[in-house]
Amino acid sequence: MPTLLDFRRRIRSVKSTQQITRAMKFVAAARLRRAQEAALAARPYARELARVLRSTMSRIVEPEHPLLAVRPEERILAIVLTGERGLAGAFNTNILRKANEFFRGHKGKKLSVIPVGKKGRDSLKKAGFNLISEYINVLAKVEFATARDISTLVTDLYSKEEIDSVYIIFSEFKTVMTANLVVEKLLPVEAVREGEGAAAGGTSSQVDYIYEQPEEQLLDKLLPRYIETQILRAMLESSAAEHGARMTAMESATKNAGDVIEALTLHMNKVRQAAITKEIIEIVSGASSTA
Amino acid sequence: MLPESIELIVVTPERQLLRQRTKEVQLPGADGYLGILPGHAPLITELGIGELSYHDMSGKESVHLAVLRGFAEVLPDRVTVLAETAEFAADIDIARAEAAKARAEKRLASGDTNIDWDRVTVALQRALIRIQVARKYRGVPVDSR
Repeated sequence: MPTLLDFRRRIRSVKSTQQITRAMKFVAAARLRRAQEAALAARPYARELARVLRSTMSRIVEPEHPLLAVRPEERILAIVLTGERGLAGAFNTNILRKANEFFRGHKGKKLSVIPVGKKGRDSLKKAGFNLISEYINVLAKVEFATARDISTLVTDLYSKEEIDSVYIIFSEFKTVMTANLVVEKLLPVEAVREGEGAAAGGTSSQVDYIYEQPEEQLLDKLLPRYIETQILRAMLESSAAEHGARMTAMESATKNAGDVIEALTLHMNKVRQAAITKEIIEIVSGASSTA
Repeated sequence: MLPESIELIVVTPERQLLRQRTKEVQLPGADGYLGILPGHAPLITELGIGELSYHDMSGKESVHLAVLRGFAEVLPDRVTVLAETAEFAADIDIARAEAAKARAEKRLASGDTNIDWDRVTVALQRALIRIQVARKYRGVPVDSR
């Protein structure tokens, strides 16, 4: 039978855990807001770039470029975006499960991986995948330079025909509670998705532009930029989703700690009362026996 | 009828820097500077490393930005600049740019054959343009030494 002191000690320990989870929740909420703002701020560039790319592609009768070349998919590279740290609920588990699903679906092909984020790196390394490179400690503050590094690496490999396709697997921020797991084909660049810029761009892709540089040269510059922005977007989305998941996880942890404290307090009071009752009975029976 | 003004939009991968109505815009195209007035024919160009400037609606004040590579789309009433990096002259940290310039010059002078020439020359150009734009804006002669 645990004594009163044991209960007090446990309650104190749960309380301090609760304080930590509550603080982590607030930190995650603040970071989430920043991540969301960054994701929002990056949108105009991506939208305008997609528009310019689309209009340039439509001008060239048969666009030819190493990054557009379609080859049979034998050697596949996947960029997997996870979190840097745990304590984010099922965030990392989910994205890694999605990645494993993807790998199973491409059994027999030559697979290689570029993990972004420490959690994914650790897990994928342990699973014995061929890591071409790894990017860790880059998601705390998402920078364009990182997206560019990754993009340069994969476009180089692709142009040299060392890989046949590149996919990116990441969590897309939906709401604080939910994230979509997304597998997107990065290379070869397929016809740029319509609709992405249609809302803002209107019909301007029909405009007959003067091209200062030859279209092919422009395309050569535009395509790598497009890949960069795709990677940047994925990083921003993933980082927002991670903070969202952590916030939710920490909130429910705080709530659970509250429940535990309540249950323990109730129990403790019962034990205290039982002890008092016992003492009274002892006194009463002692008194009656002497009377 | 020609439009009266141009809407100038400057975006970088990280954020939208500027969205404003202007009378005149000058862009550092990859093959030379372009001056854009309202009603310009639609045009797409690659950007070089240089200075972007525009006159506000009164036509008196001009604002300068250091712009590094990217693209620009010109429409009769709109100019969209997709720059890799863009900075207002007032935001440029001259000390940092000077340090970058010194670093790049040192590397170029080192005679090391292993250096990435492209990268170093771009770094140097970029430092130079940032210093130039920042100085001009702050009223310091461009070549003060």
